Amino acid sequence: MSTQEQEATQNLTLVQSVRDALATEMELDDDVLVMGEDVGKNGGVFRATEGLYDEFGEDRVIDTPLAESGIIGTAVGMAAMGLKPIPEIQFSGFAYPGFDQIVSHMARLRTRSRSRYTLPMVLRMPYGGGIRAPEHHSESKEAFYTHEAGLKVVMPSTPYDTKGLLISAIRDPDPVVFMEPKLIYRAFRGDVPEGDYEVPIGEAKTRREGSDVSVFTYGAMSRPTLEAAEELAEEGIDAEVVDLRTVSPMDREAIVESFKKTGRACVVHEAPKTGGLAGEITATLQEEALLYQEAPIKRVTGYDVPYPLYALEDYYLPNAARVADGIKEAVEF
Amino acid sequence: MSTLERDPGDGMVQVLDEEGGVVGDVPDLSEEEFVAMYRHMKLARHFDERAVSLQRQGRMGTYPPLSGQEGAQVGSALALAEDDWMIPSYREHGAALVRGLPLKQTLLYWMGDERGSLIPEDANVFTPAVPIASQVPHATGMAWADKLKNDGDTDRAFICYFGDGATSEGDFHEGLNFAGVFDTPNVFFCNNNQWAISVPRERQTASETLAQKAVAYGFEGVQIDGMDPLAVYKATTEALEKAKNPGEGERRPTLIEAVQYRFGAHTTADDPSVYREDEEVEKWKAKDPIPRLERFLRNQGILDDDRVAAVEESVREEVADAIDAAESTVRPDPSSMFEHVFAEQTPEIRRQAEEFARLREEYGDDAFVEE
Repeated sequence: MSTQEQEATQNLTLVQSVRDALATEMELDDDVLVMGEDVGKNGGVFRATEGLYDEFGEDRVIDTPLAESGIIGTAVGMAAMGLKPIPEIQFSGFAYPGFDQIVSHMARLRTRSRSRYTLPMVLRMPYGGGIRAPEHHSESKEAFYTHEAGLKVVMPSTPYDTKGLLISAIRDPDPVVFMEPKLIYRAFRGDVPEGDYEVPIGEAKTRREGSDVSVFTYGAMSRPTLEAAEELAEEGIDAEVVDLRTVSPMDREAIVESFKKTGRACVVHEAPKTGGLAGEITATLQEEALLYQEAPIKRVTGYDVPYPLYALEDYYLPNAARVADGIKEAVEF
Repeated sequence: MSTLERDPGDGMVQVLDEEGGVVGDVPDLSEEEFVAMYRHMKLARHFDERAVSLQRQGRMGTYPPLSGQEGAQVGSALALAEDDWMIPSYREHGAALVRGLPLKQTLLYWMGDERGSLIPEDANVFTPAVPIASQVPHATGMAWADKLKNDGDTDRAFICYFGDGATSEGDFHEGLNFAGVFDTPNVFFCNNNQWAISVPRERQTASETLAQKAVAYGFEGVQIDGMDPLAVYKATTEALEKAKNPGEGERRPTLIEAVQYRFGAHTTADDPSVYREDEEVEKWKAKDPIPRLERFLRNQGILDDDRVAAVEESVREEVADAIDAAESTVRPDPSSMFEHVFAEQTPEIRRQAEEFARLREEYGDDAFVEE
């Protein structure tokens, strides 16, 4: 088969690639089902499950009662019995009523049962700000889930990765929290192969090679970070941009390797600074590559304040200007 | 008329009165089955007494006693068919032993050894959940999965145990609500033992009964005498049957409220004398399910002094053997804590496991273990 035939592609938005991954995997595996509020006839509030109800029926695209703990808790039971449920939480800010089920059961059942019961489930939730949403709709709380042993946490940034990572997550024998950057659900399109393919969980991707400074980011912040890197290239600063894609397990090797090359780092995420993953990345570099360090590591993050209502969210969210400023600080030290 | 179709005003379902006299329809069990029920209850009681004693002697960690609840646990578990599933809370050691969970496993678990959680492949028992009511949605999901896999049909039922305190939790509501909406083959079995640690049943709900909460979810609820093993067996059997083969217009799930009492503490870390009167305990001890069943079986000519003595002897031996087996089990390999986190270790877990191995190698286990 020629490469061309193999790679029939479509030009999809990120949210369309979510839908494409679900449809692809549901077609291949009868045990896969999606469930949640409004995911059926309505196709999901962000249209991530559009058309699946007509294609696969009400037993595989299930509109549930409005109850996050019930959605996640029943999915735990389903997965323990061998199905592969993909519960959707409408906004990550609404996951907290189900938090106990996530951390006490999703994350622990393999350990608690000594692997007799395993949970091949994927908990999908759109996260993050910048879409002028009401209160509780814009949080970026990936740190909660990465802090919990037993969970994998994926945060894609491109349509191609989203489909491949979501397929990998569905096939993973362990539970995955799949956090979708809703800011860029429809911001751009990208080539996405038809049919199935996997992007491995736990591997970072270098989006831009560079020699002066390593910039680590993931999810929606990959866009302003790349934008900043291109702007700085015109000023003669050559930034390397590493997109983590999976925040747990984190690709520490890729992070350390990039840093050893450049000796300088800036970490960008929209989650609050304190207790955020930038701290984890910084600590990893201190442990693994201290002697390569040429400058303090700069963190460009959301602030340690409750996510503001949308009149002020542009000031809260890191953008290309803030990222560029952070990179320059790391470079010009 | 089905035992399950009752008005709240009808009072509790009972087969045996407190003296072991027959006041309802006795379930159709063979002599052997009756003796097995009696033996399981005696085993659960003796196990419980020994477990509390082991904790007091420092040979076991915190343990939740079950004495008083043997009728509810054994009576309901015996009603299950082999393919049915049990989703327990942390107090159902008596129900679990009926389903084939070795006593040694239960001991190991409370002795702090993860291997106690390893349930034999042929026992359809889910691992115990500690956070209150959190297992209720699991039970619904498991039953739902079975139904989905069988195109809406099912020949298995899923019984889920929880206490009266659990009925105050959101997960109780969400689990039962989903079960009603999706008509799943569930039996929700509330061990209403009157106290959620120190808070009485009346502080959990203003409802007259817990059973009546089922009305809100669109299926039947029934209040039974949980210290009458025959009433428990009977109601559970009917609920399981309905879960598998509902009648025209019937919903599959049932909520059973088994009214009973925990004679001892919530756990060995708790002192019930702080919050309840001895008089109350004595009142409930008069309803003890074990002498009640024993009197009935003696009246039936099924048990006599010799048989009772033989049961007691064999139960003592079985528990002693389980304690020996648990206590002679070598401590788990410390490196096992890095296993069973994921199907495959992540690079970071592998690194941490390697560092841990190096530390043990360098300093020896004596440097870590507090005796």
